[in-house]
Amino acid sequence: MSNLQVNLHHVTRVEGHGNIVIDVKGGRLDTCRFDVVETPRFFEAMLRGRPYQDASHITSRICGICAVGHATTSLRATENALGIVPSEQTVLLRKLNFFGEILDSHVLHVMMLVAPDLLGVGSVIPLARTAPTVVGRALRMKKLAGDLCRAICGRHTHPLSLTVGGFAHFPTLDELSDLRARLEAMRGDIDDTVELLSSLTFPEFERDTEYIALYKPDEYAFIDGDLRSSDGGTWPATEYRQITNEHVVAHSSAKHTSHNRDSYMVGALARFNLNHEQLCPAATLAAQALGLKPKCTNPYFNTVAQLVEIVHAAHESIWLIDSLLARGIQIEEPVRPKQLSGEGVGVCEVPRGTLFHRYIIENGSIVAADCVIPTGQNLANIEADMRALVPEILELPREDIVLKLEMLVRAYDPCISCSTHLVDVKFLE
Amino acid sequence: MTDAKKPLPKVGFFDFTSCEGCQLTVVDCLQTHPELLDVIDIVEFREAMTGHAERYDIAFIEGSCTRPSDEERLASIRARATVVVALGACAHIAGINAIRNNMSLAEVRNIVYGTEGDKFESYPARPIGTVIKVDFMVPGCPISSEEFLQIVTVLLQGRSPELPDYPVCIECKLRETVCVYHRGRTCLGPVTRAGCRAICPAAGYECVGCRGLTSNPNLESLEQVMAEHGLKSDAMQSRLDMFLAWEMNERRAKEASRE
Repeated sequence: MSNLQVNLHHVTRVEGHGNIVIDVKGGRLDTCRFDVVETPRFFEAMLRGRPYQDASHITSRICGICAVGHATTSLRATENALGIVPSEQTVLLRKLNFFGEILDSHVLHVMMLVAPDLLGVGSVIPLARTAPTVVGRALRMKKLAGDLCRAICGRHTHPLSLTVGGFAHFPTLDELSDLRARLEAMRGDIDDTVELLSSLTFPEFERDTEYIALYKPDEYAFIDGDLRSSDGGTWPATEYRQITNEHVVAHSSAKHTSHNRDSYMVGALARFNLNHEQLCPAATLAAQALGLKPKCTNPYFNTVAQLVEIVHAAHESIWLIDSLLARGIQIEEPVRPKQLSGEGVGVCEVPRGTLFHRYIIENGSIVAADCVIPTGQNLANIEADMRALVPEILELPREDIVLKLEMLVRAYDPCISCSTHLVDVKFLE
Repeated sequence: MTDAKKPLPKVGFFDFTSCEGCQLTVVDCLQTHPELLDVIDIVEFREAMTGHAERYDIAFIEGSCTRPSDEERLASIRARATVVVALGACAHIAGINAIRNNMSLAEVRNIVYGTEGDKFESYPARPIGTVIKVDFMVPGCPISSEEFLQIVTVLLQGRSPELPDYPVCIECKLRETVCVYHRGRTCLGPVTRAGCRAICPAAGYECVGCRGLTSNPNLESLEQVMAEHGLKSDAMQSRLDMFLAWEMNERRAKEASRE
């Protein structure tokens, strides 16, 4: 096909509004863009002048899917600004809450948003009729993830009990024991999902890029840590702007980022490529069964890496609950701030990748805020993938090309509402 | 029960400026109530499925209207829908999107865009009901899945859903949660529309007014109570201007025009 115009308005089964625009003339790729047309959100402006206690509640509203991730990152930024060191119990509970969200978000993406493509149907709703066991399994796993979040933070979207310095409400030991039993019982569902995905065929496409993820020496990092690049190098999280280098591009309501190369990738695949040695044994076995090997440079395999993280999160959650049950739950007051002014960075690996919040607080009020969102960091990489992929698949029928491009965008699990906090796309005449 | 021959009501979900957390809550409803799919035909739901339709018996709309082009899309959905339901605080009362309405647009743009600010299309956030006729609301940030299911059930029975018009305090008392004011903090429960089962105070937080004001809120008394509990007037404003910024601004504008 020497001429091809694709203008796919509002890609479906992703969070937020994005368009794929491709123009091939005489066999040459002229235009290749992923337009982000979400409305501006203005979160950094909304935080200005507000009491520091409100920041996590406001920023959780950046995203309904990763609300716990935003709230946790926000709390870490505030705590670092105000000299607060949370208790060991708070660290354990936040981690467990975080695993609940990783499970919830990844199950939604792998089994309800991506699986329909691999099983040849338009969405999860017809899938419920053609493959009820698959959908039933997804709903069961997602419900458990939601219940896990509910026990710890009140509700998954948007968390209530997460507060600066600790928790405002605590799960009971009975709730934790019940969740533990259900997580144990979920192993069968997870094994079946690994078996299903290992039997399905993902599009073949390889493009090496720079992978960025948080790194901690003692665990597969989700909350706090240093930044690490697959091209080499480790930086403290406070230096994040050296990595992200945000810049405006005209066709996207989210800023793009670049580091060593023209683009980099964050998310499950980047985490797996950088930190696979720290996965729990069950997750390592699942990666082997799924044919996922580091360093994997096929972006469609981001979905597979998410499933490996589902296995990891489920096993680690059981281990965390065991530690909490052994320690007992103390009803403790949140740690109070040492000072009411300061600057702090919070950093977490949320389901879609590395998330940064930075606040400057003066006399208890936020005077400046910066949030750098995973999907924003992936946009330039999505376009670089599209530019490499389109020439490889130009001989396919048009609908196959469109489907492969849609599946590529979807593989990144983009969260577009999150990423458009900064810039709107439509230029006024 | 549904007649096998009768087509199921066609339902569409749409989103404007929001986090899409309310639509996610709808997806979560299917975990506990998969039978929902036996009584409605979801014909459009971009976040969850591929597909478009020309007519909707019920259109659920999440998100605020924040730019002129949103108005066109809202009008087009309205023209194709028999019943329009505002889904969640952003659509219902502009939610936290309206926090920025209290800053000048130039200031907001300067903070987030720098010098390129005025190139971008945006205006103060508003509820969708200011742009198109909205028949019913599902309040909250996010919506409560129980309330959503109740409202869908009532709509499918051809009746009109009604929201409670008493404050969140009543629900706190019913579930015997210790009053937030007794815990030394402040709460908008006395003026906020109930229906959420007062989950925020029960989880150690406070009511921040996400469901909107009751039809006749006693704001003077609330301000007095807040002052008695040591909240200074600017802190009180920042509470009322979190989820209620749009509603409070409307009230202030009405009062100003009366004077």
